[in-house]
Amino acid sequence: MQKTILMGNEAIARGAYEAGCRVAAGYPGTPSTEILETVAATTKDIQAQWSPNEKVALEVAFGAAVAGARAMAVMKHVGLNVAADPLFTFSYSGVNAGLVIINADDPGPWSSQNEQDNRHYAQAAKVPMLEPSDSQEAKDMTRLAFELSEQFDRPVIVRITTRIAHARGIVTLEPRHDVPLRPLIRDPKKYVMIPAHAAPRHRFIERQMKTIQAYAETSDVNRIEWGHKKRGIITDSVAYQYVKEVCPDDSVLKLGMIWPMPDALIKVFSEGVDELVVVEELDPFIETHVKALGLAVTGKALLSLCGELTPALVDQALNGTPPRTGAAYPTDLPPRPPQLCKNCPHEYVFQILKDLDLTVVGDIGCYTLAALSPLEAMHMQTCMGASIGMHLGFEKAQGRALAERSVSVIGDSTFLHSGITALIDMVYNQGTGTVIILDNRTTAMTGHQENPASGKTLMGEPTVALDLGAIARAVGVSRVTTLDPKEVKELRRVIEEEIAMPVPSVIVAKRKCILKK
Amino acid sequence: MTNVIFAGVGGQGVILSTKVLMHVALSQGYDVKESEIHGMAQRGGSVDCHVRFGEQVHSPLIAPGTADFIVALELLEAARRLDFLAPQGRIITDTRQIDPMPVLTGQMTYPDDLADWLDHHSNACCLVETGPALKILGSSRVLNVVMLGVLSQYLTFDAETWQNSLKATVKPQHVDLNLHAFELGRTLLGSS
Repeated sequence: MQKTILMGNEAIARGAYEAGCRVAAGYPGTPSTEILETVAATTKDIQAQWSPNEKVALEVAFGAAVAGARAMAVMKHVGLNVAADPLFTFSYSGVNAGLVIINADDPGPWSSQNEQDNRHYAQAAKVPMLEPSDSQEAKDMTRLAFELSEQFDRPVIVRITTRIAHARGIVTLEPRHDVPLRPLIRDPKKYVMIPAHAAPRHRFIERQMKTIQAYAETSDVNRIEWGHKKRGIITDSVAYQYVKEVCPDDSVLKLGMIWPMPDALIKVFSEGVDELVVVEELDPFIETHVKALGLAVTGKALLSLCGELTPALVDQALNGTPPRTGAAYPTDLPPRPPQLCKNCPHEYVFQILKDLDLTVVGDIGCYTLAALSPLEAMHMQTCMGASIGMHLGFEKAQGRALAERSVSVIGDSTFLHSGITALIDMVYNQGTGTVIILDNRTTAMTGHQENPASGKTLMGEPTVALDLGAIARAVGVSRVTTLDPKEVKELRRVIEEEIAMPVPSVIVAKRKCILKK
Repeated sequence: MTNVIFAGVGGQGVILSTKVLMHVALSQGYDVKESEIHGMAQRGGSVDCHVRFGEQVHSPLIAPGTADFIVALELLEAARRLDFLAPQGRIITDTRQIDPMPVLTGQMTYPDDLADWLDHHSNACCLVETGPALKILGSSRVLNVVMLGVLSQYLTFDAETWQNSLKATVKPQHVDLNLHAFELGRTLLGSS
């Protein structure tokens, strides 16, 4: 078997390939983006696609799984918020061929608007969740997830974090497992979730989760590594690696399946050690469960709820090791924050918005960097597609006076992700705001992925390129201007004219990303 | 266990350096892991990669005070990681300065004593002047591989192993340039 070095994301792509996955859909988002890029670049056996957003991606993958193909949906942690609606009901339906959701959390956070802990989704949606702790496990658990999905009739989530996604390690490659397409079975009691069908399915999935829990008690996906009996550590994900690094002699219970949890195994482990500690990033997910089993345990009393763990933090918390550190320069070194590129087309827009002293309701993308020095020309930003709705809220609160002193700003891919419905709301509910769509012809922030306006698919095929101005007109915006933001005088004139008009308007500032070849 | 931190600015090719070193370690039978933060790399932010190789590697992250080598492609990025250097560790840094945004906007100044300071606060410090080598190579894009050549003088792997890993890692059309960059790096030593 060939050994190679793979990033966690590449290992997941490989795992899907080896598992006989046929369909993969997702939306780009750090730290998950390379998974589908790797799929598209390395195999034609999987139909891979960028969907307009994570909800649609999950729906496509679910449809494919019901139609008999092993399928995978890929997204970052906040993407699963967008896809949560289908997730909770697909959970009731279950699958035909295996359905795996790859979910990448971002403790830190390094490249995200929050550091939510998505282990909670497994419990809330009643689906099994696996957590690899390095690249080899990322590949192996992706394969296992497909098996479990079919064995137990559940979607299965594989949760990774930045330190799994963007870490590299040695992986043993295996050949693709040929899994035949299953026939589509019309089964309304399973796939049409009206109340009369949902109630019995709920009882079914509660029984299924008990069955999976029994599997978790004996499967080697969870394992006890006995060391000395003085202290036992329960841990998951990359935290397991930190524990092995700094507490090599302690007993360890490694949870590879974080939900459902193996209660009996946890009790056996707890009885074998004098003191029980949980080492986990973010929320006390394991700790709370262990406490509910009536066991004495320490966790977040020692470790922070916020940010990533590191070997040094675990060493300090568990062993009392004082932080080791080399020299530090006596004064603050100038930081090197990411910044808009030189000659970025977005810069022209934000310079004008700054000069006009407008309040800017922003969105997610490279252009969010305009909130930072030197531009400091964005005043609100929350999640994908939120700008236009929040901007309408501004107007509902303060009326026309604020609408004519503010704009919402959203990128092309973000507009297609979830900005369109908010624009419909602005038109329908008689808002008069000005929306600027920064159309740089690509999904730039995550590394230039194709999108429905770029004219190409993830697999590199030419396709229809949606016309953003036409979409705006179609949903009822009568004043739509498309122009090159480099024409700054004209752009400024149009912005001033549109904010003064008491009707909704859209300005498409269209110019190719400076980094795009 | 050997711990190496590569540091630089987005676009300098820090990640390629780590891939080559990892390939070398794998080819010599070591376990090897790496962790990187690159989400913002394309936008000119700081990039650093931790590489660890040895009998068995658990954590992909290096703890402060335990790096055997810090290989930096820019002075400020070297200084930023000095707290990771082990007491017996070695800094290998290019002496170039790339002004970050707070310096460009005049809010902060680029410290003018970083090279001296690094030299005084480390057990071993190689301040590498890569300008002449890059002039011969005709491309500053291979600075990462020149610095890998410098690093290779302090590790036990032979030149052929490095060359094979370079060939396996870089794009075919860039192999010759990278092999040349590596060779020149092997002739460069720090000023102290």
